[in-house]
Amino acid sequence: MTLVLATSLIVLGALTVVGFGPALGERWRRRRARRAADPPPPAYDPGRERRAELRARELLGSVVSAEESAMYAELGFLALAGGNGEQGYGYLLYPHRPIVAYDTRSGELLNEYCVGFPDRSEPSPRQRLPDADDVLAKWMSLRAGERELISVANMHVPGRQVDPGQVARDLIRLRDWRARRVDAAA
Amino acid sequence: MKPGQGDVLLAEGDPAVAEDEERLIEEFRRQLDLGMWAAVPTADGPRHEATMVRDFSEIPEDTERVVFFPPAAGG
Repeated sequence: MTLVLATSLIVLGALTVVGFGPALGERWRRRRARRAADPPPPAYDPGRERRAELRARELLGSVVSAEESAMYAELGFLALAGGNGEQGYGYLLYPHRPIVAYDTRSGELLNEYCVGFPDRSEPSPRQRLPDADDVLAKWMSLRAGERELISVANMHVPGRQVDPGQVARDLIRLRDWRARRVDAAA
Repeated sequence: MKPGQGDVLLAEGDPAVAEDEERLIEEFRRQLDLGMWAAVPTADGPRHEATMVRDFSEIPEDTERVVFFPPAAGG
């Protein structure tokens, strides 16, 4: 009985190898070739992100106005007037967070616009733009084509991703910061 | 702008020099083919602006640089 079982198992194993072996072998070879063709992941560098952020801040500072550059450096976000600047609404640009639209007179939050800048040409899509680059990309997109950017973004009511209490505090910080600059200039 | 890297210089040259212009156009097209957006930063006094360009011929003559960045997508 044991001999019959053992023989059956051996025959079954041999048939499996004959039947599926070539296909499995080919699959394994293809997988190996694909892995060899992929570029190796970059070696871990703890300073890379910091250096990238420093470069990004330099670029931001060279593109936006001196006031906006100082605002980002000191407050961590950019405030931008919407439309032609006289329509009573503006945007707060946070790194890697939705764009927050608000009423510039009352400070009431209007909408959140969820938008990102994923680089699909990159082999490692998990990496994202440095913070200052993300803010600059939002700034340039809004400046160059506000409607286009807003039409691409997913619109949500305020408070979905960005804490309204935090935004309210940021608007107060922004008002105080602008007042200090006016005082300093006077 | 490159994820994880910050800005990277892709090409530089004087568009008035034919050889440079050819290289700049080639790089411009390559970036747009990769799906990048191209913006030209401008400054008029204290007000700073940006203009999107979709063709090399749209770049104003006195432009110092063109910034390429990944296109926006709903997050």
